[in-house]
Order: sequence, then C-alpha cells, then structure tokens
Amino acid sequence: MKLHTLTIKALRARLAAKDITPAELVNDLLQRIAAIDPQIHGYLRLNPADALRQAATADISLPLGGIPIAIKDNIAVRGEGCTCASRLLEHYTSPFDATVIRKLKAVGAILLGRANMDEFAMGSSTEYSAFGRTRNPWDFARIPGGSSGGSAAVVAADEAIAALGTDTGGSIRQPAAFCGCVGLKPTYGRVSRYGAVAFASSLDQIGPLTKTVADAALLLNIISGYDELENTSRPVPVPDFTATLSAGIKGLRVGIPKEYFIDGMDAEVLAAVRAAMAWYAANGAELVDISLPNTEHAISVYYIVATAEASANLARFDGVRYGRRSPDGTDAVNTYSKTRAQGFGSEVKRRVILGTYVLSSGYYDAYYHRAQKVRQLLRRDFTEAFKQCDVILTPTSPTPAFKAGEKSDPLSMYLADIFTIAVNLAEVCGISLPCGFTANSLPIGLQLIGPHFGEARLLAAAHAYERAHEWAKRRPGFD
Amino acid sequence: MNSQILDVAYVASLARIELSKEEQSLFQSQLGQVLEYAQELQAVDLSAVPDTPVDPNLPTNVLRPDTVRPSLTAADALRNAPQQANHLFIMPKIVE
Repeated sequence: MKLHTLTIKALRARLAAKDITPAELVNDLLQRIAAIDPQIHGYLRLNPADALRQAATADISLPLGGIPIAIKDNIAVRGEGCTCASRLLEHYTSPFDATVIRKLKAVGAILLGRANMDEFAMGSSTEYSAFGRTRNPWDFARIPGGSSGGSAAVVAADEAIAALGTDTGGSIRQPAAFCGCVGLKPTYGRVSRYGAVAFASSLDQIGPLTKTVADAALLLNIISGYDELENTSRPVPVPDFTATLSAGIKGLRVGIPKEYFIDGMDAEVLAAVRAAMAWYAANGAELVDISLPNTEHAISVYYIVATAEASANLARFDGVRYGRRSPDGTDAVNTYSKTRAQGFGSEVKRRVILGTYVLSSGYYDAYYHRAQKVRQLLRRDFTEAFKQCDVILTPTSPTPAFKAGEKSDPLSMYLADIFTIAVNLAEVCGISLPCGFTANSLPIGLQLIGPHFGEARLLAAAHAYERAHEWAKRRPGFD
Repeated sequence: MNSQILDVAYVASLARIELSKEEQSLFQSQLGQVLEYAQELQAVDLSAVPDTPVDPNLPTNVLRPDTVRPSLTAADALRNAPQQANHLFIMPKIVE
C-alpha cells in the first residue's frame, strides 16, 4: 500500500515499528504532489526542503511525530507566508505561530504546505481564491467546496495525511462532504483561534480534515484547550477523544430535524442520508423526530452577523502596517481606499460593504441587532433539541459538489450553506463524514451535530457509522 | 426595495473601498438581492428575546493582571510594513 494513502493511525504504527522513516513518508507525499497537484491545485505553497528538514529531525515518539499535515493559508506559521488567498497579503510573512501551530510543532507534526481557500475564507467553492481555483479530485470540472477547499482536496487526493481548516459557516464540513473526507468543526471555544486570520470572530473555529474519524479525534486531542492568548477559548476539560471512539451507539438518541429534509434537495443525497438514518436505527440507536424551528432564518442571520464582523475585522487591511499598499493614493484615506480596491477580490468587497451597511447608523437596529436576536432563537432551538437527543443527523449539503462557475450570483452561493451555518451560529460542534456516492461517483456527506463541548459522543457516533461502511476506502478515479 | 435603500457608492466610501462604476452597479443589484432576502427577518417575533443574550455557553470577560510580558520585537512587528523608518510605520500625511 502506498504511504500517502494511509491514515495518521496506520502511519504512526509503521513509523513506530521503523518500517518507514519520516523522510520516506515526506518524499512519497512530495512525489505524489508533484504528480497530481498541477491538476488539483490544492496547495498554494510548498517548501520541500523545509519539509525534509523537519522530517530529518522529527521525533517519532511524539503523538504526531513525523506526520505531514497541510495548513490552510489563513493560519499563521512563524517565518512563512499567510496569504488568505488574497493579493493584499501576497508577500506577508507571519511573525508568530498560531496556537494550533505551536501545538502541532510540539507533538512532532511536519508542516507540509499551505492549502488554497476562498479569499479570507469568504466563499463555498474555493473559486474566490485570488490564486486560482482548486479542482475537486472526484471531478475536475467541479469545485471542492469551500472555503477550506484546498485542505479537503489535498486530503481526498492523498496529497496530505491530514489538514487543518477553518469553519465559519461550514467551511470545513462542506468541502469535506464534497471531497469525500472527514471534517470536524469543534464547539466555539474548544480550539484557540489565536493566529487564525479573523473573518467573523464569533463564528470562526479551527478544525481538522482527515481520512477517518479516528484521525480527526487524534488531531482534536492536540489542538484543543484553553489559551490565555485567546479570550473566547474556554477553560473546559479536554478529554482523550480517541479513548471513547468505540463507545458505540447503543441507546444513542439521534435527532432528525424536519427542517433539514426539504424540497429541492438532491434525490441521491436524500437517499444516502436516509440510508444512514436507517443504519443508526438498525444498530441500536433511537431516531427521534425533532424541530429546529428557526432554521429558515439561519442564512439571513449569518450573512448579516458574519459580514458585520468581517467589515470590522478586515478594517486592519489598510496598507499601513502590513500587506500590499497601493502606490497611487493621493492622501491617507485615499491610500486606504485604493489599497483595499486593489488588494481585495469581489466577494470580499461585497461582504465588507454589506457588513458596513448593516452596522451603519440608521440600519443597525433593523439588521444587525435584529439578526443577533434571531441568533439567540437559533441557539435556543439547539438547546431545546438536545434535551431530546444526543446528536442531530442531517445532510451536510443539499447537493453534491457543483460545477465551477455554476453559482455565479452571490445569493445562490450563500444558499448552498443552508445546512451548515446554524451550527456556527449556535456555537455547537458538527462533523461531516462520507455516507455514499452519487451515480456519477461524487461523494455525499452526512452531518452529525453535537451539543456544546459534546465532541466525544459526536466522534463516537461518527466512528461507529464509518467502521460499518466502506465509503472511506473508495478513491477518486483519476489515479 | 432594498436596492434603493442601499447606496453602494456611499457605503463603500465608509468601508474605504474605491469601486469602479461597473462594480458599483453590479454590487448594487447583488447586495440588493441579498438584503431583499434578509428582509424576512423583519417578520420574526422577537418579543420574548432579551436584548443581551443569557447563555452560560457564551464567553464572558476574561481579565489578567496588567503585567509586562515578552511580545513581538519592534523589528518583527515592522517586518511586513510597506514603508518604515526609525522604528515607525511611514504613511501618507493625515493632517495638512
């Protein structure tokens, strides 16, 4: 079996047995990347010499010793670029490590390369990258999802053993679903956001994209925990998520929200998700009909709250302290305006303008304040639902991966996030895992949602399903 | 109706983003559509929702003693500056 197809767990065993060395593993991946990434374009930057240098000194006795990981290009690594797939940050170099990077380095992981994304994580297809779109490994004419499309594509195409992404409205789970890998959005506050370039601070969360649920648990163990550098990270205990993976699903109450099984959903997606429901029911879990009545408002709330926060967060990109500065400015304010005009792509401009509008005098109450209140209703929906069930089961996306260029107007792109964004607004945790394929061999994602800090049970529920199915073994057909 | 409420050129100037004429008219219609969609929120009954969320899962203020600790050096902080001199960021004059 080729090394690049293996999981973290399998490679850890091979490394520990001295069957292979970290350098052999990195070389194998670099060859794989050289062969196929020109077609996939999952990576924005690679530094083979640096990866091999890390491999030469990797301590394989550590929990991730010698395991190569891809990092979404909005997470800071000291001395490296962090473009957020934006022209504005094309030549930026991070002066510090994000907390998750410090943690990965401390457990011996090899930072392999930087994954493509929608500019500043704003998008659902990775088409908004300033440096070219990423192709879906299952069908090059289709998008890999987004915004962590590069992270999902490199894991699915065996160009990385695992990856980190960020999820603000589905940006880990939706690309994982579209590319046929596992993607976990931890509870808000579970993982420190220090060093992740902020898009919408009350929604953003860093999480793993992996080949298996067990690998996601392993990575979550490492990146979780309170961080005094990040005030919204929470001082809650971090259990060993790998220890409870095999807890099983006997007596597990699986909530089925009627609002997530709607008209207009793709028939093959619906059939695959219903088959997964039936599997849970047949194997000891109990299906419970639940309601999340404010689901219909999630997209409106999200595109007000997220853009409002983005307009404030992206104010820092003014060409004064870092990033590209327009040389054409006539005075200070004109320099900011030209810098941002030349540095930002269309989607970022649209969202910053929308966010500025909903926060502006006269419209704040009608839009932002109202949206924040409806967000409380959405959060309450989940609190009530989790009194009746332990996890909630839904499709990750109403369709499989769509074609590049298919969603040309912003609103239709926004509507594609319908099943993932409420999870961020309610600050709970969610995972996407493969649950089948369409007749055209496109992966279908199953989303499981857990309560605040309920990742242990969520992962166990996902692991039980994954172990009983062969979806993860199927590889893209281009090989 | 919102496409009239939203004056994209004005809001873009507040956001410090210079727009071309083409962008102005494109964003005017695209963002008008999004706002029109979000209009549905106006009908939600919020009479039972407090102004400030009450939820034990929400973060609260976190304070630490105000003591000096190591941080980025000035050289590191300035490394990405488009223009710098004498340990300062250089930018166009603000006050004439």
